[in-house]
Amino acid sequence: MQNELLNMNCKELRDQIAAGRIKSVAATETVFQSIEKNEPVLGAYISTLKEEALARAGEIDNKIAAGGSVGKLAGVPIAIKDNMCTTFGATTCASKILENFHSPYNATVVEKLLAADAVIIGKTNMDEFAMGSSTENSGLKKTVNPWDSTRVPGGSSGGSAAAVATRLCFAALGSDTGGSIRQPASFCGVVGLKPTYGRVSRFGLVAYGSSLDQIGPLSKTVADSALMMNVIAGHDPADSTSVDEAIAPVCNYLEKLDEPVEKLKIAIVPQFNAGAENQVQKSIADAIDMYKKLGADIIEINMPHLDYAIAAYYIIATAEASSNLARYDGVHYGHRTENPQDYIEVYSKSRAEAFGKEVKRRIMLGTYALSSGYYDAYYLKALKVRNLIRGDFTSAFEKCDCIIMPVSPTTAFKLGEKINDPLTMYLSDIYTIAANLAGIPAISIPCGFDKDNLPIGLQILAPAFAEEKLLRIARMYEKETDWHTKTPPII
Amino acid sequence: MAEKIDQTQVKKVAKLSRLQLTDADVEEFTGQLSAILDYMEKLNELDTTNVEPLAHCLPITNVLREDCVKESLGTEKTLANAPQRDGDFFKVPKILDDSSGA
Repeated sequence: MQNELLNMNCKELRDQIAAGRIKSVAATETVFQSIEKNEPVLGAYISTLKEEALARAGEIDNKIAAGGSVGKLAGVPIAIKDNMCTTFGATTCASKILENFHSPYNATVVEKLLAADAVIIGKTNMDEFAMGSSTENSGLKKTVNPWDSTRVPGGSSGGSAAAVATRLCFAALGSDTGGSIRQPASFCGVVGLKPTYGRVSRFGLVAYGSSLDQIGPLSKTVADSALMMNVIAGHDPADSTSVDEAIAPVCNYLEKLDEPVEKLKIAIVPQFNAGAENQVQKSIADAIDMYKKLGADIIEINMPHLDYAIAAYYIIATAEASSNLARYDGVHYGHRTENPQDYIEVYSKSRAEAFGKEVKRRIMLGTYALSSGYYDAYYLKALKVRNLIRGDFTSAFEKCDCIIMPVSPTTAFKLGEKINDPLTMYLSDIYTIAANLAGIPAISIPCGFDKDNLPIGLQILAPAFAEEKLLRIARMYEKETDWHTKTPPII
Repeated sequence: MAEKIDQTQVKKVAKLSRLQLTDADVEEFTGQLSAILDYMEKLNELDTTNVEPLAHCLPITNVLREDCVKESLGTEKTLANAPQRDGDFFKVPKILDDSSGA
């Protein structure tokens, strides 16, 4: 009975709650029982907000009992990554520098969730400042993969992915700068959508790489990601990079979700895909066969610049990070060193004491790439290569509706396996990074398991603002398969 | 083509980044950053002579709003997270040297 409730889709649960058949308080309590049972092993949450969540669930139940109308996520327990500002609880970014930071305002996505009557139950673990691919860079705690506790959950939204997979929430928000929603979704066997850059407001998202960051959902099903998008997508005057809806209208992403895309044309990049492990390649090939069976045309294309995405990304993202993270100065908020000798030490010691190694490394790399004498060779060059990569996508989408490739070259790797070798860690982002550089939407959906029973993700990439079609294409596959219904042994 | 990074350069970058590093950090970062920068050299395989740099992918240019007064956070909320405050101010160590005559 408990698992039956926890396995419900957001939409089903919302409708049951809105009809008064299930109490939001009961659903929230059930989630917290699951959290209390699994969290000691899993470590998905930096903070949980039980009191606030139950109070809010009670308010929503009362509103429904009084016959009031309720929102699209009425009473549904939702988790958010701890780099989104909330006025309730702390917003730490998994960093010691923000360990005690209490935001004076809510991120726009948080306001939107609250306006939709969602119940926010906690803030999930992540790589510090979203810098990492394994959540091992968290300065505050360790998260393990729910399918194998000796392995990483992926990152940087590892806490959100692990929480959704283990049913410690009904859906979650993550952020994706170079794959941070899609890769952990893939490693944990859930759905993760990175929307088009500019589709979802980033106001109140702690900045990492501002031209790349995007907030999106992680969920058990494609329909739940569509529902989450219905709540969070749209223009926000507080975010000058959020796109005017007159230029790119927001859709009802659920309305036609079950309608297959007619005359679907899918492109694959065989040369590029060859870099993935055999078992990953096999699952992707099987998924492509499934689409063929559903009537899709498969074409092979060449995208000559994809191979350069990692090099371009790790210059652009770190350059932006070095500038964004200059705000942690030990003066306005965050950690401050004791007894500095002078004002310079307020900065340099506060930052040295509270930033983790990967954050320092990226600040240094970015500062170097922007510094006098190296700007043209690194930063400017990377921006030009970024244009070439976007050009590859523009030409590709003239010939197809979407591109399919793996999410990650491997399934979840062992804890500690790559943590001391940053370059090897960066190279594992090969399939996810290009979507961020090109600003386009991409989704990861479960498409199989390897011999160790670890989930494999299928990545589908679509043109800018084509989320509606992208979700429908993902749903076509999900409808024919049952990978998304499998739950990790930890439950 | 840029040179590989050495310990002197790492120390300079750390200073620019306002990060006080230990000698062990400098040694570790020098090796790691060199390996990463070596990998970045890959970009030079591409001829980008007539390619424009792409800073972002948005179909927008300038974003303007009405020039009107709106509510701001206010002093208390703004100072609530300050590690040290003095009344309505953020507190910092002395910035000007007494001997400078400033």
